[in-house]
Amino acid sequence: MEFLSYLISGISLGSIYAIIALGYTMVYGIAKMLNFAHGDVIMVGGYISFCVVTYLGLPGWLSVVVAMLVCTALGILIEGLAYKPLRQAPSLAVLITAIGVSYFLQNSALLIWGASPKVYTPIVSGQIEMFGGSLKISWVTVVTVVICFIIAVGLTSFISKSRMGKAMRACSEDKGAAQLMGINVNRTISTTFAIGSALAAVAGVLLCSFSPSLMPTTGSMPGIKAFTAAVFGGIGSIPGAFLGGILLGIIESLAKAYISTQLSNAILFAVLIIVLLVRPAGLLGKYVPEKV
Amino acid sequence: MNKIKHLSVTRKIDYATYAGVILAFAAVTILQRLDMVSRSMEGMLIPICCYVVMAVSLNLTVGILGELSLGHAGFMSVGAFSGVIAAMSLRDMLPSEPLRLAVSMVVGALFAVVASFVVGIPVLRLRGDYLAIVTLAFGEIIKEIMNCLIVGFDSKGLHIALNISGTVTIDSLGLDETGYAIIKGAQGATGTDKIATFTAGFILVMITLVVVLNLVRSRAGRAILAIRDNRIAAESVGINITKYKMMAFVTSAALAGAAGTLYGLNYSNMAAAKFDFNTSILVLVFVVLGGLGRIWGSVIAAVVLYVLPEALREFADYRMLVYAIVLILVMLATNTPAVRSMVGKMIPRRSKGGA
Repeated sequence: MEFLSYLISGISLGSIYAIIALGYTMVYGIAKMLNFAHGDVIMVGGYISFCVVTYLGLPGWLSVVVAMLVCTALGILIEGLAYKPLRQAPSLAVLITAIGVSYFLQNSALLIWGASPKVYTPIVSGQIEMFGGSLKISWVTVVTVVICFIIAVGLTSFISKSRMGKAMRACSEDKGAAQLMGINVNRTISTTFAIGSALAAVAGVLLCSFSPSLMPTTGSMPGIKAFTAAVFGGIGSIPGAFLGGILLGIIESLAKAYISTQLSNAILFAVLIIVLLVRPAGLLGKYVPEKV
Repeated sequence: MNKIKHLSVTRKIDYATYAGVILAFAAVTILQRLDMVSRSMEGMLIPICCYVVMAVSLNLTVGILGELSLGHAGFMSVGAFSGVIAAMSLRDMLPSEPLRLAVSMVVGALFAVVASFVVGIPVLRLRGDYLAIVTLAFGEIIKEIMNCLIVGFDSKGLHIALNISGTVTIDSLGLDETGYAIIKGAQGATGTDKIATFTAGFILVMITLVVVLNLVRSRAGRAILAIRDNRIAAESVGINITKYKMMAFVTSAALAGAAGTLYGLNYSNMAAAKFDFNTSILVLVFVVLGGLGRIWGSVIAAVVLYVLPEALREFADYRMLVYAIVLILVMLATNTPAVRSMVGKMIPRRSKGGA
């Protein structure tokens, strides 16, 4: 029973990682950049939701919508101002710019909301009791897993069925060829950032419901872990990010419960390293042989 | 005078780098004698030396070997803690502080070398962003392990424990009455003797420059550059890829380890959390802004960017915000084609990879 409850909390945490990882992987797949600012968009999403609930007194679900709108706008703005001029630049320059954006968001949040942690009220409360009360599952857990599942299914069908999804796949394959086929590459990339940031907002709200303390650095560690999840599953692959996120959550939860709380992150990263040594392109990633 | 004219451009730049560092050291020492260095500036001198060494050594991995490493602070951490342990254990055996510092730095460098072998063997098989994420992972692993480390010293020698369960404390080591704690888990090193000096920092910077510049200009260095520029071509002319990659990686880690020791012995308290992902990134920013493969660039960038947040004190709370904006603007300015061509017209271009 104990094992089951750890497993469930792992799946729930993993679902949050999966949502963040989906955003990471989409952006990486199309723009081929490590967007280190993604974790901080999560944090902004959490704060926006917090403000809407606390200061405007609106219901929790509405705060999610507002957070998504704000983060989408933020994502498009960041992409347009900081990343778009660097399309042709070496990848390290883009990486450093992303780090600059990350510092910028963290320090803006620090100025606006202060350094002391805010206590976030989860958007849903209460729990279900099963097996005569020996297994308790909070509603947050259920909602998180369901939302993650809906997002994964929705995103997969969007990418495979819609025109925009097709354009995204084309751009990630070959930007030049996509442009020649009449695809607006810049708009496609902006859309990808918008979707990724909206997902980050959802993840932010869920993350804060899961561990209800909100600080300017809240997003950075989950961001790094979700990035790990994306690499774990094979970066650029949507099902890979989903799988990687869930697995990572389970590993973290079980490692915390049975091995060591202190070393849980170390165990997590060690698993990543072992997986990458066996499968250098991640679990579901495509291995592209190098042509000479 | 005639001799200087015959030197190649790269040689001239190398000598100018050495001369610049020596002059800077001399100038700061003279100003210190004249009491013209502010207290806050004085406290930054040793960390600046550490970060210069970190930046130059990371430039060896990122700029010259061409592999993105996001875990350089991990080696600094290994060097810092092993160095602190060495310095504190040798307290009675080596009363001379400079000698103890030197021995500790060697110990720190050696442990960093061991760590870099453990990390390098799996990591260097990977490529590109995958390599970057694995170095990041190793950095985090090292941080967490250091966070669990508990070390004490008494008449029987060193006592080491790993606080895996979260319940082990310094008392679990069972030290006798002459014993003292060196590292207390998450609290980190406490009560360390502050034996680091600015002169030692200067010497370490000079050693780093000599090692890195000579390595780059040697046969091995040319092999490393060849691997960066075209791995497949380099392999096809018989260059042992793994050997040279390891050489650059291990050298870089050893220098980072020595820098870590110097850093650790500059503070009486130091937590493992100091050497996290953000520190690795900070050093990477120095390297990229200084110019990939450009050693003197790393030196200047490390000094300027370390002092910059301090110089921005008047902006108070806004200083990190200003720092972030400066970072983004510099990246945009140096990488936008319009600005590049404008700068290119003013300065005649030098060949890529010139020191």
